[in-house]
Amino acid sequence: MTGSEFMHGARRGLAVAVSAAPFGILFGAVAVEKGLSSGEALLMSATIFAGASQLVGVELFQHSVQPWLVVLSVFAVNFRHVLYSAAITRLFTSFTLAQKMLSFFLLTDPQFAEAERRAEAAGRITFVWYLGLGATVYCAWLGATLLGTMFGRLIGDPRAIGLDVLLPIYFMGLVLGFRSRDNWLPVVAVSSVASVIAIKVVGSPWHVSLGALAGILVAAFLPPRGGQAEESGMDGAAVAAPLAGRAER
Amino acid sequence: MSDPVPMAWVILAAAAATFLTRVGGYVLITRMRRIPPRLEAGLNAVPAAVLSTLVAPAFAYGGWDVALAMVAALAIALRYSTLLAMVAGCAAVVLLRQSFGI
Repeated sequence: MTGSEFMHGARRGLAVAVSAAPFGILFGAVAVEKGLSSGEALLMSATIFAGASQLVGVELFQHSVQPWLVVLSVFAVNFRHVLYSAAITRLFTSFTLAQKMLSFFLLTDPQFAEAERRAEAAGRITFVWYLGLGATVYCAWLGATLLGTMFGRLIGDPRAIGLDVLLPIYFMGLVLGFRSRDNWLPVVAVSSVASVIAIKVVGSPWHVSLGALAGILVAAFLPPRGGQAEESGMDGAAVAAPLAGRAER
Repeated sequence: MSDPVPMAWVILAAAAATFLTRVGGYVLITRMRRIPPRLEAGLNAVPAAVLSTLVAPAFAYGGWDVALAMVAALAIALRYSTLLAMVAGCAAVVLLRQSFGI
């Protein structure tokens, strides 16, 4: 039974891996191009395990800025994970402390999104399922990084093959996955607008945390839609349909 | 290359900083004895709120080719799957760029 839980998680992980692999390859390619050894690129993927911040780190290495500034920049880009770990704690109540720590290490954007959706559909998540998902994504990330360091030169300009729109669309798909939640549309609208303003006024990467905070405040102070939230998946899907239509700008 | 600090140490420090962000919310939230309903509602909105901020700036400032590709991808993601939307969005933006020479 736990074996099949692991396989369920791993199967979701495979879908995530397909979406994330281009960025792992891109990271490996960029890292080598900017003068890192493949060992250093792999060390980054194995220990930091957060794509966007790894690319920022590599960029700063190239300009040989102060080490503490590199660390601070990576911290800033990854700051959104504070919100993830606060939100996902309620799903980890049955985990041991060691299991929690390993789970937090594996807490990437898709890992968080998949775990939240699984909890919504199945009522809870098990550590074995979470590990099946996380281990698959982790191995795929390392494999993609290695591929990138070896064959990265073959990619050429990522813009020419449309790689730059891949990540926003991927995250857009993840956002849509939560459209049955209370106040989804106001949260998405306010976070989007706030991040678009904040990136001009405050700058990147703080627009992520500031924009998110604006949406979270909206959710905290708006009344929950129709009393009981997400009591059943079917109910959520029924409400999601009209919302989905309005989501198109 | 005469780096005073070996690259590997900087990488490990960045990894430690990243792990801090990944347990930070847990450390904060477990210090509270009970979660008030408003905080609960806020935490429930975290996925949509954070992920939206990773999408919106690309739409707003990415250029009209990116914006068009994202609208097309949204229509496909709503009816089919995210993976298909990614493939279609990619194809759309490449097509736009090649036909308009951006």
